[in-house]
Amino acid sequence: MSELTNKSLTELVSLIKTKELKSEDITKDFIDNCNKGEKLNAFVTNAFDHALDKAKNFDKNPNLDCLLPGIPLAVKDLFCTEGVRTTAGSKMLENFIPNYESTVTNNLWSEGAFLLGKLNCDEFAMGSSNETSYFGNVINPLKDNVVPGGSSGGSAAAVCANLTPATIGTDTGGSIRQPASFTGTVGLKPTYGLCSRWGIVAFASSLDQAGPMTKNVSDCALMLEAMVGFDPKDSTSINKKKENYSKNLSKDIKGLKIGIPKEYRVDGMPSQIEELWDKGKKILKEEGAEIIDISLPHTEYALPTYYIVAPAEASSNLARYDGVKYGFRSSKGANLIEMYENTRSEGFGDEVKRRILIGTYVLSSGYYDAYYLKAQKVRQLIKRDFDQSFKNVDAILTPSTPSSAFQIGEKKDDPISMYLNDVFTVPVNLAGVPAISIPAGLDKNKLPLGLQLIGKPLAEQTLLNIAYSMEDKINFKLDLNKWWEN
Amino acid sequence: MVGELVDKDNSKYLIKGKQSNWEVVIGLEVHAQVSSNSKLFSGSATKFGAEPNTQVSLVDSAFPGMLPVINQYCIEQAVKTGLGFNAKINSYSVFDRKNYFYADLPQGYQISQYKNPIVGEGEIILDLPSGTKKIGIERLHLEQDAGKSIHDIDPSNTFVDLNRSGIALMEIVSKPDLRSPDEVNAYIKKLRSIMRYLGTCDGNMQEGSLRADVNVSVRKEGDTTLGTRCEIKNVNSIKFMQMAIDYEAKRQVELLESGKSIDQETRLFDTKKNETRSMRSKEDAHDYRYFPDPDLLPLKLSEDFINKIKKNIPELPDEKKKRFIEKFNLTPYEATILVSDIETSKYFEEVVKDSDVKLAANWIIGELFALLNEKNLEITQSPISARNLSKLINLIKDGTISGKIAKTLFELMLDGDKDPEILVEEKGLQQKSDPKELENLIDGVIKDNPDKVAEYKSGKVKLFGFFVGQVMKVSNGTANPQLVNEILKKKL
Amino acid sequence: MSIDKDKIIHTSKLARISLEEKKVDSLSKDLSNIFNFIEKLNKIKTDDVKPLTSILDHSLRARDDQVTDGSIREKVLGNAPNKNEEFFIVPKVIE
Ligand SMILES: [Mg+2]
Ligand SMILES: [Zn+2]
Repeated sequence: MSELTNKSLTELVSLIKTKELKSEDITKDFIDNCNKGEKLNAFVTNAFDHALDKAKNFDKNPNLDCLLPGIPLAVKDLFCTEGVRTTAGSKMLENFIPNYESTVTNNLWSEGAFLLGKLNCDEFAMGSSNETSYFGNVINPLKDNVVPGGSSGGSAAAVCANLTPATIGTDTGGSIRQPASFTGTVGLKPTYGLCSRWGIVAFASSLDQAGPMTKNVSDCALMLEAMVGFDPKDSTSINKKKENYSKNLSKDIKGLKIGIPKEYRVDGMPSQIEELWDKGKKILKEEGAEIIDISLPHTEYALPTYYIVAPAEASSNLARYDGVKYGFRSSKGANLIEMYENTRSEGFGDEVKRRILIGTYVLSSGYYDAYYLKAQKVRQLIKRDFDQSFKNVDAILTPSTPSSAFQIGEKKDDPISMYLNDVFTVPVNLAGVPAISIPAGLDKNKLPLGLQLIGKPLAEQTLLNIAYSMEDKINFKLDLNKWWEN
Repeated sequence: MVGELVDKDNSKYLIKGKQSNWEVVIGLEVHAQVSSNSKLFSGSATKFGAEPNTQVSLVDSAFPGMLPVINQYCIEQAVKTGLGFNAKINSYSVFDRKNYFYADLPQGYQISQYKNPIVGEGEIILDLPSGTKKIGIERLHLEQDAGKSIHDIDPSNTFVDLNRSGIALMEIVSKPDLRSPDEVNAYIKKLRSIMRYLGTCDGNMQEGSLRADVNVSVRKEGDTTLGTRCEIKNVNSIKFMQMAIDYEAKRQVELLESGKSIDQETRLFDTKKNETRSMRSKEDAHDYRYFPDPDLLPLKLSEDFINKIKKNIPELPDEKKKRFIEKFNLTPYEATILVSDIETSKYFEEVVKDSDVKLAANWIIGELFALLNEKNLEITQSPISARNLSKLINLIKDGTISGKIAKTLFELMLDGDKDPEILVEEKGLQQKSDPKELENLIDGVIKDNPDKVAEYKSGKVKLFGFFVGQVMKVSNGTANPQLVNEILKKKL
Repeated sequence: MSIDKDKIIHTSKLARISLEEKKVDSLSKDLSNIFNFIEKLNKIKTDDVKPLTSILDHSLRARDDQVTDGSIREKVLGNAPNKNEEFFIVPKVIE
């Protein structure tokens, strides 16, 4: 029966809508798979009982007039879920049970889906390998000694290993697209402001966006459609009419202009990436798109800019974890200040502390202008690069990452080489534009590599359409040997 | 010992030191609570005196994923207040985060405005005994209040109430233009008055709606550069502000005269000991790491929006004072007092709708204020309504009662805001001006005091007053004193 | 730029994170490397560039002044590590 879990979200939805499948059957199969997949460590908290209840309830009185009828979904543990522990991968929130539901998950539940569990992630989404989680690292289903990427590593692994039909992650500097690329799945970071940030544990507010992670582009369109929407509770939410991304999905990309930025060729990039990129260009040309060489001259400054802006915002966003209102409190400390210092020292992991210190430092008096203000100016230039390019092209094609998934522990003690992983994804967050990563092929170690399409603000439909037509031609198939099931 | 004041008559507040006289330079950062129903960035209530932590939302208590959404009314009140100070309204302003850790600051930062405040430079005119003085306003910005830490419930713990957390404050920063505790008094009162006219802040200092950080420095008389200042945090009464300034200025003079220097620092005014002391705890976290709040966008105000508010600005104390002087012929002194508080000015205008202006001014500033003072009441709680005071004044004006009887009548009216016209009828308090009637009374008095009459006639003319008194007494004070005088003179 | 131990200690005070001695050493090394990397930004001239305060260009949206929240003391205090029915409780504050 567990073939059900191999099916795409779109297929499952249509089987439920045609009443060929019951929600309970699907849910049971995924729970079964989740139990078998424990070795992957993709889940922090399961909500299996809740999911079964919901499934049974759905079957009793099925409402088929919604986007995700009766679909169980596990989500990244950065989304606050009412009554279900939400940890952000941190000891700080090990026992935190919110009494509210994030807008994005709430949107999914309104479309008929329900919670299957909470997926592991790097602590407070700070990491590119899922090795900073307090709940242990996640393992890439494609190889047992390899990372799934991060910070949405649990989400990527869960989709890849069929532990959930689809999922959502958050992307601050590549945290959806990089793990998608590492696991041969599809991940989309929407335009900043398209998805509400309300109820999502914040990392860097000006960069954070929630987005779908799925098996294919159709699923991605469906999930995106279900999760977006204007939210008056988020001052940065864009007030615009909802689009029917799934209904309007089309492979017709004739006449679209696709930019190829010369700056996305970095030293030491494996030759397979170049080859896949060329293959991507070729496919686009065959589909009737026009390929145009472009320049995004400030690309090399994106990572340094990011490593000022994101930690600065994070240092402030994470100040609320002080042992007073909720979460972990150290038992040591005779007075308030000692309590704060011990709580934050014991409650945060090394990478989080490192970034809080970087952020605190770049904002501190005497350094603000040299670092933070400088970064805001360079961010302006990076955004301008995209604005300029999008006068001439409809989308930009790049590799998603400069390498395939690396080994567990390989980069753990070298922050810079870890950060370099996000070199192609970070500029997109700084500019607030949307981007999608789709699987494009394998490297010499048989690990997947992704291609990234970057779009104009709010041009998610265009990106999905291009990705949809490419997906067809690339015809990438995941080869799961399910080593984790023994 | 330094500290004696010199030249006080000339309204110059100077501290006499060993070497020279010292001038005190004061700037205020006033925190005025916006009179809004809900908080600046959340929908929680702002009522004073609620049960602890009942006016707190998940936004105010900084739960993960909670986001601020600004209150439109608070934006309007800040603009309105700025216009009340004739200040520049900035069409572009930015909310920043001021980062520091404290038990009653749940987010670990206060949302405030740093580089780009909503209101820029303006001014306030003070009416001082020596004349008027302009005090510059540096800026006004919107920010969140913090919660309350309670240290005296438990010896080893602090209790935290977040009801205040997130309430909208306008921080109004003055230029260092103030020179004495008296000027600070006048400044706070004027500021409060303007905001009450505008309805943007109720100015209630007991409830903490108005507090100030007081920046104090001293310099030798005649110096033009500013000395190093100390900031005395969060003083919540004018009296304490004045005491704190007095103490702090003298402390600084003593330090400087003994060859020491002033540390720029934050200090606390200890109301029990009447002294200021250093707040070390604030010092080591003095790096606030301001940066624009990424959860909020820059605030852009259109010309239209500002003009709409401008159109609805009511007559403010300075204009009203001018009008009172011109229209009612009041002295500047009377006008200043009558416009100082919006409710007083309303009361006055109600009274003079149909009664004599001069009498009204005298009665309000005199009897009514004395009464309110004695009973510790606001004018809105006055036991005598404007309507009845107006009637009383008319009774005086048309001669129905004498000024003296009016005072008696005023006392009688207190009990339940009685109508003076009815009281006069009931108690027969009309002034007796009928010569026949008065003659009868006078005859009676003369008859009853034959020995005094004899003394008077033998040259003791001082006794005339005694006879007048007797006549007034038998008439229960209602006899027209002028007529009594005339008739008595003839009779004696 | 090298971030020496004193800077690490000062910054950790500001961030209210206590650090063991050996952590200070390794952080000093890590942060020095990271700042060397970050300082690549000094290569670009930005004198005439306006800093980006928000990537969205609409103005701040406001809500009406209505009481729509609060009166949820149990929820607010529910997750607190130390509390009573009315208050959050923290170790003594020294002023
Ligand atoms: Mg201050
Ligand atoms: Zn303030």
